[in-house]
Amino acid sequence: MNEHHSGNGHAHSHGDPGHHELPFWRKYIFSVDHKVIGIQYAVSALVFLLLGFSLMMLMRWQLAYPLQPLPLIGKVLGETVMPGGVMAPEFYNQLGAMHGTIMVFMGIVPLAVGGFGNFVVPLQIGAPDMAFPRLNMVSYWAFLPGGILMLASFFAPGGAAQSGWTSYPPLSDIAPTGQTIWLLAMVLLITSSLLGSINFIVTIVQLRARGLTFWRLPFFVHAQFVTSFLLLLAFPPLEAASVLQLMDRLAGTSFFLPSGLVVSGEALKVAGGGSPLLWQHLFWFLAHPEVYVLILPGMGIVAEVIANNTRKPLWGYRLLVYSVISLGFLSFVVWAHHMFMTGMGTTMSTFFQTTTMIISVPSVVILTCFIMSLYGGNIRFTTPMLFATAFLPMFAIGGLTGLPLGLTASDIYLHDTFYVIGHFHYVVAPGSIFALMAGIYYWYPKATGRKMDETLGKIHFWLSFVAINVVFMPMFFQGMAGLSRRLYDPTVYAHGRGVQALNVVISWGAWGLALAQIPFIVNFFLSLKRGEKVAENPWHATTLEWLAPSPPGHGNFLAEPVVYRDPYEYSVPGKPNDYSPQFVAEG
Amino acid sequence: MDATAADTHHESPEEFKKHLGKYYAVFVALLGLTAITVGVSYLKLNRPLAITVALIIASVKAGLVAGVFMHLISEKKVIYAVLLLTALFFLLVLLLPSFTTLEPHHSLPGT
Amino acid sequence: METAIPYTVKPHPVTGIPNGKFGIWLFLASEVMLFGALFSSYVLIRTAAPHWPYDGGLSSETLNVPLGTFNTAVLITSSITMVLAWASCKMGDISKFRLWMAATIGLSLVFLVVKYFEYADKFHHEHFPSHDNFYGIYFVLTGLHGVHIVGGVIVNTFLLTVGTRLWKTDPEHFTNRVENAGLYWHFVDLVWIFLFPSLYLL
Repeated sequence: MNEHHSGNGHAHSHGDPGHHELPFWRKYIFSVDHKVIGIQYAVSALVFLLLGFSLMMLMRWQLAYPLQPLPLIGKVLGETVMPGGVMAPEFYNQLGAMHGTIMVFMGIVPLAVGGFGNFVVPLQIGAPDMAFPRLNMVSYWAFLPGGILMLASFFAPGGAAQSGWTSYPPLSDIAPTGQTIWLLAMVLLITSSLLGSINFIVTIVQLRARGLTFWRLPFFVHAQFVTSFLLLLAFPPLEAASVLQLMDRLAGTSFFLPSGLVVSGEALKVAGGGSPLLWQHLFWFLAHPEVYVLILPGMGIVAEVIANNTRKPLWGYRLLVYSVISLGFLSFVVWAHHMFMTGMGTTMSTFFQTTTMIISVPSVVILTCFIMSLYGGNIRFTTPMLFATAFLPMFAIGGLTGLPLGLTASDIYLHDTFYVIGHFHYVVAPGSIFALMAGIYYWYPKATGRKMDETLGKIHFWLSFVAINVVFMPMFFQGMAGLSRRLYDPTVYAHGRGVQALNVVISWGAWGLALAQIPFIVNFFLSLKRGEKVAENPWHATTLEWLAPSPPGHGNFLAEPVVYRDPYEYSVPGKPNDYSPQFVAEG
Repeated sequence: MDATAADTHHESPEEFKKHLGKYYAVFVALLGLTAITVGVSYLKLNRPLAITVALIIASVKAGLVAGVFMHLISEKKVIYAVLLLTALFFLLVLLLPSFTTLEPHHSLPGT
Repeated sequence: METAIPYTVKPHPVTGIPNGKFGIWLFLASEVMLFGALFSSYVLIRTAAPHWPYDGGLSSETLNVPLGTFNTAVLITSSITMVLAWASCKMGDISKFRLWMAATIGLSLVFLVVKYFEYADKFHHEHFPSHDNFYGIYFVLTGLHGVHIVGGVIVNTFLLTVGTRLWKTDPEHFTNRVENAGLYWHFVDLVWIFLFPSLYLL
């Protein structure tokens, strides 16, 4: 089953007469190897993250200096979207809708699941690849065209989608062509996710190495397992809704158009009888579990990095597993907390408020277990550990600020304000993205055979940590002052003018955050050639991926791996080393 | 490995033939139930009763297809677990949106 | 060369199933959610409608019940022929497999042709999806179902033609593939079992 393939790229084919070198396009383009596919996903996702971030940096100019011409870039973008260098309101809306869409569907999920999931999971369970390698390849090649199509929508007449990443009808039903392209691109992206989730579930259940029982799986695998179920079961309703919205836009149906709708003074010539709320239900049925898709892999990464860098087992491993499973399950029954302001009766809003309060419990348990894992540890503040440790208070802030949103009474005031933006960005930006950064620094040596530079890493971390808080903390105050989200010019309102100074601070923070990524980008590329070379297990870790060569060859392991113990046997009393890997036979 | 009644994995062709009878029986039952459901529709029952009867007949048909044609009746636990979870979420997505939009609520004063 | 993945053909010792069967059931679970969301839309839109169909009368007067019943019988028959195709593989008879699989494909095409006539008749009377949500729901639900039938026809045709090569080298693997295709096909039948009364009879 496993061919001999050493870490520095030589392929030995003795004992395997069928082996021959694949042509370039099958080895690197249409590869069926989970490691290549994982890297394809990760690199594509990082590029999309950068693009999505750039869109926001443009928006931050308009928010900090409303109606002021943007020097240089304003001219480059042209008169259609930046007449006289001033951002057109429609362009602001496009940037907003596409920023959210790109970051969520083309950035974080492909990096967390497509990238890290694909690369790490088969290695951590001792498998030679995913259960369905060709399906894996199809998944990536549905994702990339979907992403490119999404970006291409900027060039459609009327511009890209501009009705929020949430695409609420009736507005999205009558929006320009870019919205249709958004829907078609979403169908491709959703298909990619669905196929991927099937692959992960079958792989994790069926392809574990000998001795790797459910309760010996690294927490990262548990997290990816739950995530896959969320993707599998929550995405189809959004796919259905997208089909319905495409029908509304292209075939003149009225699934989401109520009777008697008047647009620009004219009655809309449709049959009516539809419901805008139907879209909201179907959208949020996905989109709430989606936010757990955004965070769960990150939590998995944080678990791995913390255990490794405290040199002690994770505190409450079983509790963590039960919590992540209940978190996944509960995520399906809270969605209408995004719809408290739609006129729901008190029974249903109480139901959703209650489930939303309950779901905070497993979240808090997970965070507590992570924090307890630090206690008494022999902590190494490597770059991954810095990001993983920072995740803890950042996710705490994000989670806690969710509470007033989940309670109907306070949500009346805070809904659709910048408070919401602050809340979800804390979980997603210094939450998920920091966790993903930890993962990149942590697993880069496994993927490339070289470590990233620690000094550049620390600079990247500290600059990002400061900047990201400068960006998102003030938003809570803007929201509490009543500032609405998706507002082109906050200064038209007195309450907006009252917090306008904060917009300047936030924007400079955002531009600073962008600059803070330069050490990371430089480090990422430079280390490929100049990074410190490493062997299989540079971090002295315990999980299975550290048995394989760095980078692993075709088939991953030199011999079939066997698992002998739990995943985080660090600092076991009486042992010579402070780590006992799962894959080492001696007792 | 457990050998359940319809675990055909290690059966010889001759042994497998025994199963054909039940497939044919289900086929006939499905056609019959189709005729019944169409026949019932001519009775013009009141709406709630009509829906109930139609859904019951459809569920029986579906149960036969799933249980016998799709071998669900003797499937492994892992598949049951996945389908149970799916059935639960199916009911949620089917019913909760309608419950939420249909619950009578008080309008704000002045609206 | 591709790496050999365990349990592609033989069942896993603990779960008792091979990878492909597990995979297809997971796919079907996602399909349940897809059609579930569409049924949910149907329920929500219909309960809010003043009457259904909007134009008055009954669904069974607006849609062609005899044609729908015929199509239901066609699909049910295609399900039994699909089972028999798989059974032929289990019993080692590849030519019987070809017969029953061809019958399944043939019946699927009959179903699609009938739907074509139903749609053409509706369009002839200017009853497009945009006419009102009764037609919108009807066309989307049966249309998406029809797309799934086309998908099944493609897979089954592949198995009937190119795919049969696998029978010579690995009959068990081929039989598994036929079984998995069958699971998909029965699911498509299952959806219609609910669609037909929901749209035509109620």
